Amino acid sequence: MTTGGAPQITWQPSALEVDRRAHRRRTSGRSVLIALVSTVIFAVVAGTLVLSSPGWDSVRETFFNLEVAADSLPRILEGLWLNIRVLFFAAIGVAVLGTLLAVMRSLRGPVFFPLRTLAAGYTDLFRGLPVLIVLYLVGFGIPALDPTQRYPAAVLGTIGITLCYAAYVAEVLRAGMDAVHPSQRIAARSLGLSHGETLRLVVIPQGLRKVVPALMNDFVSMQKDVGLISVLGAVDAIRAAQITQATTYNFTPYVVAGLLFVAMSFPMIRLTDHISARMARREQAGGTV
Amino acid sequence: MSVLELHDVHKLFGDNHVLKGVDLEVASHEVVVVIGASGSGKSTLMRTINLIEQVDDGRILLSGDDITDPRADVDKVRSRIGVVFQHFNLFPHMRVIDNVTLAARRVHKIPAADARARGVELLTRFGLGDKVDDYPDRLSGGQQQRVAIVRAILTDPELLLLDEITSALDPQLVGEVLDLVRSLKEAGSTILMATHEMSFARGVADRIVFMHQGRILEQGTPEEILDRPREEATREFLSRVMHR
Repeated sequence: MTTGGAPQITWQPSALEVDRRAHRRRTSGRSVLIALVSTVIFAVVAGTLVLSSPGWDSVRETFFNLEVAADSLPRILEGLWLNIRVLFFAAIGVAVLGTLLAVMRSLRGPVFFPLRTLAAGYTDLFRGLPVLIVLYLVGFGIPALDPTQRYPAAVLGTIGITLCYAAYVAEVLRAGMDAVHPSQRIAARSLGLSHGETLRLVVIPQGLRKVVPALMNDFVSMQKDVGLISVLGAVDAIRAAQITQATTYNFTPYVVAGLLFVAMSFPMIRLTDHISARMARREQAGGTV
Repeated sequence: MSVLELHDVHKLFGDNHVLKGVDLEVASHEVVVVIGASGSGKSTLMRTINLIEQVDDGRILLSGDDITDPRADVDKVRSRIGVVFQHFNLFPHMRVIDNVTLAARRVHKIPAADARARGVELLTRFGLGDKVDDYPDRLSGGQQQRVAIVRAILTDPELLLLDEITSALDPQLVGEVLDLVRSLKEAGSTILMATHEMSFARGVADRIVFMHQGRILEQGTPEEILDRPREEATREFLSRVMHR
């Protein structure tokens, strides 16, 4: 209903409505207050329990030493920069390889049987293998093929992470493509679009939208798993923390690295929540409670 | 006492004033049919009564209880009103019988065996006796909509809201759904219904209400509204829907 630009509203809330709004404000104010009080009580109880425990002083000295934290921070940050670079390239690799695998698995027709099977076998294998084992196999196995060459550990680590996560992402993408209603495929094919065009122009865009939260979840998970490349000797944030720990016998650098990883994932987690909420709203537009 | 009373109900979506002070009463055993163009506020009106939309002003009374009071228990109010939607909204993962008895079992705490007996009885009465244990996707649109109506009436709601319940159906399936509504009227249900089926409105309505730009422009018996409309907007609307 369009009533033109200027709203001809002469209506003012009645006394009753003003009353109702005041009541709702009071109720929501009370809820906020209750939430606040219960949070404070919880924090005080938890804090007291930890601080009054007999070993707290030595724990604080070993894990929460500000001096050690300040000393180790530059090296850990330097390591984190490596993590970020690894993450960047791994994300691109995962997007490409994952999409390829998902499309391969969705190919129809007997001709494509080997490709389908290959993709299915790949996702089965790499979703089952622990990331750590893949990293060892890639990180120490590939260089052994040609002992005359030296490959940077970070590059090998990136490959290992990519191989693992591509399998997960491929399955998520495939689930999204399957979730697009068959009528969409039929509509596209009846316009004369080929199988490939149907996938590219109709199915994948819609399927992708359905699985954005799941994909971002995988990304957040990958953000911290790039820390595993430290086992190959790459000096990333975790490795840097380990080096400092080995000289000072103080575990604070690990806490620092941990906090930095959390901080790094925070924007992405918030963004995921925001996008999920927006999609839920859009999906529910016009039809629910 | 009226089953439903609306007093000066307003609803705004941002700057869009969708309901501009609607007053309406539905008496017990009365069938009131709301007509009007898309965007006239019919659906919003139905949704405010079911408390899916919160009114921005005015009051709605259900059998005398102010259901727009912020202290009102929303779930309780909804359990007293039966609603049938345009797109049926059956639960696809439940059998027909579980769909129609869900509220009876979960909300009204009726023993499962009693609820089932009542469900089977109603389904049988409306020609769905052989669909009791089927899943909704095995049913035609008309059958699904009849199941949805049974789901809405199983717990004997005080008021039945039917929002464009035939709009998503093939023409040859409309009849079976409307026959059901007619038998509900004969059984004495109180019904508020939005529809585009003018011939049906004429046949079943005790009163027809014409909505235009968020207001009730005129109301009266089917003959008064459909044959001798007083307002120009009503005439214009009727000439457009009659000449389809």
